Amino acid sequence: MKSSSQVGASSKGEAPGRQPTTTPTRIAAPKTNKGVAKQAAGTPWLFLAPYLILFIGFVLVPIVFGLWISLHAWDYTRPLQPFVGLANYVSLFQPDSPYFESFWSSMQATGIFTVFSVPLLLTIPLAVALLMASKFPGRNFFRAVYFAPYVLGVAVISVLWRYLLDNNIGLVNYYLGVIGLPDNIAWTTSTPAAWVALIGVTVWWTLGFNAVIYLAALQDIPAELYEAARVDGANKWQQFLNVTIPGLRPVLSFVTIVTLIASVNMFGQSYLITLGGPGRETRTAIYQIAETGLRNFQMGNAAAMSYVLTLFLMLLSLIVFWLFREKKEGK
Amino acid sequence: MTQLTESGASTASGASGAGNSGRPSTKRADPAGRRKMVLRLIILSIVALIFISPLIFMFVTSFKTREDATGIPPSWIPDPWTLQAYESILAPGSSTPVLRWFLNSMVAALLHAALVVVISALAAYPLARMEFRGKKIVFGVIVATLLVPPVILIIPNYLIVSGLGWLNALVAIIVPTAASAFGVFFMRQFFGALPEDLEEAARLDGANRFEMFTKIILPLAKPAMATLALLAFLTNWNDFLWPIYVLFSPEVQTLPAGLSTLQSANAVRYDLLMAGAVMASLPVLALFVFLQRFIIEGVSRSGVKG
Repeated sequence: MKSSSQVGASSKGEAPGRQPTTTPTRIAAPKTNKGVAKQAAGTPWLFLAPYLILFIGFVLVPIVFGLWISLHAWDYTRPLQPFVGLANYVSLFQPDSPYFESFWSSMQATGIFTVFSVPLLLTIPLAVALLMASKFPGRNFFRAVYFAPYVLGVAVISVLWRYLLDNNIGLVNYYLGVIGLPDNIAWTTSTPAAWVALIGVTVWWTLGFNAVIYLAALQDIPAELYEAARVDGANKWQQFLNVTIPGLRPVLSFVTIVTLIASVNMFGQSYLITLGGPGRETRTAIYQIAETGLRNFQMGNAAAMSYVLTLFLMLLSLIVFWLFREKKEGK
Repeated sequence: MTQLTESGASTASGASGAGNSGRPSTKRADPAGRRKMVLRLIILSIVALIFISPLIFMFVTSFKTREDATGIPPSWIPDPWTLQAYESILAPGSSTPVLRWFLNSMVAALLHAALVVVISALAAYPLARMEFRGKKIVFGVIVATLLVPPVILIIPNYLIVSGLGWLNALVAIIVPTAASAFGVFFMRQFFGALPEDLEEAARLDGANRFEMFTKIILPLAKPAMATLALLAFLTNWNDFLWPIYVLFSPEVQTLPAGLSTLQSANAVRYDLLMAGAVMASLPVLALFVFLQRFIIEGVSRSGVKG
């Protein structure tokens, strides 16, 4: 019963003889041995203490504290923070309030970015992973190349792409001109070009992350299933639909959620490539919240915005969970 | 079915056998199959070259003169090669002290990685291998916070960090983000997979729980801890939003945050900006080149947990 015992140990490279005999489950459920599990009542808590102190102080308390802040006209630069109830929330929904327009236009920017980037980030990496699923010379090299941009920070790739997308001297416009396309597109200062730029850069930057997760999942699909499908006369496309996609389902929901969250949290690209412009058109919700709370110190308003955004994100996540569950039951 | 198990297991076999899942056994002798393979390699190579070319251009430009960096048509070889850009941004007494930022980033990322590994390993051990009251609740709460988007934390944490007197100090970017749920999951999964008789033997020898942990479990967990440290280092090194708001004096900034300052100070000095970007990329790219497998496996394993 030593199944699922090789997570992580695998990096040592000792494969044979340790393979599980049972059907592998991807989530290794750690087992506890009741025989060894005897210890003084306080022992586990001593182990947990350092983590829990930071976890409570910088995760649990802030979640509640943030809600408290959002109920006050909290201005960091003032000594008193008067309680205002739900006024900060109400003002986000009143068209004549100073926060209404800026908040919802930033929500719209986040929405546009998410709607276009998520589908691309779900499909293109899958295509890349499928291309690399079989064994061929240099496969690990190519995998590393596609992953490389992802290890760079958003600041590096943004500063780089602001240069490449420069209206006058940028590489992108130059090569567009070379192949006979318009060579004067204002990628960073006009929409919709700025959206194309932000989404394109993000796809380039994070494609490798999703591709690597897909690739690991593809390799976990038993070859016998493909064999069986071929014996049944399934062509490549039917194999993809009936073997690959169902085999990827658990990972698909994970990748979808992670990509969704990352897209809704988009900040650095807009901050550095388009500077939120033109006007404030590409200023995302996170950008707006950070500027409102941490630059202008209107923390009550910013906290209220962050809870509204979180509500949206949770609703979206629930919808994704629900979608994947539906399909599962349908089979 | 054998080798296709935990994604971790595919590491061991990744180079040799596991790759045949999609298309089993294209025979070597099959000329059509071989032609297909060559075609695929050519396509992949061209796409890979285009894909990586922005990074190549970044390196090339950092060795150009100011004029060369904005020349039309853009050139892929500096004329002349020069270290001017580096000399300029690394000069002491500059209002954009890139070397200082580099060292700040290095110190912060190293300390952060060490902190993450220590507290995650300690916390994961009882969660994986002890029975105690409240275990399910603790673990459940940690899991639940995975669904909490970080945006909710930035405003309150700014006030908390400010209250602790940590604003504008490196500690503000080292400590608050260290209690990640990921670290605990990652280590817990590893500990849970170790054989049960390890601790039993140690217990018979009279070891207490802490000795079992330090003498038996931790030595076995070195690869997992190294991977976690690596991922924590990368995340902290690359972090952008939090540092630009909590660190405001030039001399305490990190390099990625500093790049933003550099960009607003030198809007069209692309030679300087690319030199700064190269400085910010070097440590992570070096880690990636040498420890590529650990990084990619660590990341793909994060998907396994979903």
